[in-house]
Amino acid sequence: MTAFDDTVMLHAQGLAKHFVLHNQGGVKIDVFDNVEFTARQGECVILAGPSGSGKSTLLRSLYANYKPQAGSIFVRHGASWVDLCSAQPYQILEIRRDTLGYVSQFLRVIPRVATLDLVTEPLIGQGLTEGAARERAATILTRLRIPEALWSLPPATFSGGEQQRVNIAMTFVQDYPILLLDEPTASLDTENCQTVIDLINEAKARGAAVIGIFHDADVRGAVGTRFYDVAETRQAA
Amino acid sequence: MADVIDHPSRAAATPPDTRAATGYNFAYLDEQTKRMIRRAILKGVAIPGYQVPFGSREMPLPYGWGTGGIQVTAAVIGPDDTLKVIDQGADDTTNAVNIRSFFAKTAGVATTERTTEASVIQTRHRIPETPLTEDQILVYQVPIPEPLRWLEPREAETRKMHALEEYGAMHVSLYEDIARYGRIIKSYNYPVKVNDRYVMAPSPIPKFDNPKMDRMPALQLFGAGREKRIYAVPPYTKVKSLDFEDHPFTVESWEQSCALCGAGDSYLDEVVTDDKGGKMFVCSDSDYCEQRRDAGHQGDGGDSNYATRNEIPENETSSGDDR
Amino acid sequence: MTVDPVFQRPSPLLQVRGITHRYGHHIGCRDVGFDLYPGEVLGIVGESGSGKTTLLKCISGQMEPSEGSVEYQTRDAGLIDLFRMSEARRRLLMRTDWGIVYQNPRDGLRMRVSAGANVGERLMAIGDRHYGHIRSEAVDWLERVEMDIGRIDDMPHTFSGGMQQRLQIARNLVTKPRLVFMDEPTSGLDVSVQARLLDLIRGLVRTLGIACVIVTHDLGVVRLLSHRLMVMKGGSVVESGLTDQVLDDPQHPYTQLLVSSILPV
Repeated sequence: MTAFDDTVMLHAQGLAKHFVLHNQGGVKIDVFDNVEFTARQGECVILAGPSGSGKSTLLRSLYANYKPQAGSIFVRHGASWVDLCSAQPYQILEIRRDTLGYVSQFLRVIPRVATLDLVTEPLIGQGLTEGAARERAATILTRLRIPEALWSLPPATFSGGEQQRVNIAMTFVQDYPILLLDEPTASLDTENCQTVIDLINEAKARGAAVIGIFHDADVRGAVGTRFYDVAETRQAA
Repeated sequence: MADVIDHPSRAAATPPDTRAATGYNFAYLDEQTKRMIRRAILKGVAIPGYQVPFGSREMPLPYGWGTGGIQVTAAVIGPDDTLKVIDQGADDTTNAVNIRSFFAKTAGVATTERTTEASVIQTRHRIPETPLTEDQILVYQVPIPEPLRWLEPREAETRKMHALEEYGAMHVSLYEDIARYGRIIKSYNYPVKVNDRYVMAPSPIPKFDNPKMDRMPALQLFGAGREKRIYAVPPYTKVKSLDFEDHPFTVESWEQSCALCGAGDSYLDEVVTDDKGGKMFVCSDSDYCEQRRDAGHQGDGGDSNYATRNEIPENETSSGDDR
Repeated sequence: MTVDPVFQRPSPLLQVRGITHRYGHHIGCRDVGFDLYPGEVLGIVGESGSGKTTLLKCISGQMEPSEGSVEYQTRDAGLIDLFRMSEARRRLLMRTDWGIVYQNPRDGLRMRVSAGANVGERLMAIGDRHYGHIRSEAVDWLERVEMDIGRIDDMPHTFSGGMQQRLQIARNLVTKPRLVFMDEPTSGLDVSVQARLLDLIRGLVRTLGIACVIVTHDLGVVRLLSHRLMVMKGGSVVESGLTDQVLDDPQHPYTQLLVSSILPV
């Protein structure tokens, strides 16, 4: 592991992803090939490229939600390095619990669970007391302007913006060393958008590495450190 | 008054027939069958409380009338034995009388109604009040030998449960009683654990009799004819009634004492004496009651209605039905 | 580059190797193996006849497989093969350290004894002889599975399907098992009842740290409950891995078919 200096949090190399649709005549869809990039402490790498270029697929691969056909994704997990592409499921779950935070485009949660509990649960999983966890959850929900009256309700009936803010709260309630963000500000108004920008910049300030997809140029400008163009990788392939 | 007061069952007493009938093998069963039964008995004695299968024979009376007990008795009785047969504690009920005369005829053995005189006592639903001795054998008639059956109908499974000593479920029925009635209401055929190993059905004796089984000097043998099972409790073997720590096993007690002999320590039957609601409590063990009265003990004659009555009608002398 | 293996993991609770079971010439399941760790929830999915129930029966000690071994981490003696330990020991294990929740509550409950006795039975089976304690444990567990305590003395056949399943769960969990097998625990229930039951199972499995094997044909159930997934077809495991990875990026044709067959709501 000597190849990485102390600031590297995530390093992908030789990453390739295609889909084979077996039930549609075995069509093969190439998404990207030979992806190589590094994310360091305190920076925000913006995945760029036109729509359909595989930004979301790459982000999902970095979360081990998708399974790349080739390559490695090295993640700094505590004091060690783990390759997500060859890690065991339990290792991935542990990395997701402690190291990798992911905000998806759409909220996907367990039905019937109250909003406050959804946000509290990961903290309790990390060993916080219920009281302390609730306090932190309340703080982040307040910051993201989720009215307290909604906390006891499951978010299924919330508006799109509210659901997205619950989604963000569920991740940002923890201080993840690495954050993967898929259009976190897409359906937010200006005020809430600014809150999310603040949250991202605070995460960077505490040393987190952020990898994200942002369409809004203002947001890019406010959080981005540099770009990584996913589309280029396909041309190289 | 006292001379007309009699145990309600005494009127039906039958003198023993000591003349053996010809044409039958001793004690009806052939010698091979008796040997087979004795082997089962020996195995039962060796494994207290374990149900030993045996080749139950057709007997000249229907199942449910004591065919299991009769076969066990036939296998252990000898010409010098004296047989007593009781049904619900009484020597003079149809079943008891017939079984006694059956052995009097087929084995020519002496019979008696006195507990102390008998060497073999066959019983249905009671244990005599008079403590038994090492010289005696008590043979129980058993309708359903499997104590686990009510909760597990599969025979293969209950045998496995016995083999592996999986008896936790036995307490489920006791739990249900307490949950529903505040106490264990099971009052007869109350399950016991024998020699700290096998759970056993003591046959439908009242739980009042359960403590008598514990470390009894006499050999206790159990025969189930229809179910083809024999089991045994050797002399001086520990027999413990199942219970909970906070709901310990207890036996019935009565406010009354026996109306005839005044006994306060025996199992009492309630006998209806007339059509006006008259009743009295008398010893279920007719011999015990009689011995006490012969020794001069006397009861209060029952409730006030009893004074208006001269004698107990014939048709009410039975000591009671199945409980 | 090398990767430091720093993950602290206890030994597996269940080690399954090469399980094959034949029904005459017909193969029930073929060469299935996996490790299950404490607190881990493994989902096994597949259509009817895929061999998942056969596999569950083999690994839960209900049926001896034709080939292969199932080793369980006992509390006192390390890994022991289920089918080499004495039957007494296996049965003791099954009613203390293990739980089995059946699809049909009639298979897992005593229908003729009260709810309280159903829960208390496992305590009595391990030697609890104090009525007051058994009763209070029964009350506690009925509360934990969100049942009305007022019905503690009612018979299971008077309960709804969802309540029967919850009673079955309480009955299994009262001895604090480390491993619970569930065979289609929510099928046959209304959707709303299903959701509530899943919630309950999820909460209990998490707070108690129980390892769990759940067999189901319902992908929603495994997405919600299981960490890891095995997809079975024709008796073999065709794909396995992290639950969301298998469901969101299925590799095998059959898994793709299964995932794409879910009706959108």
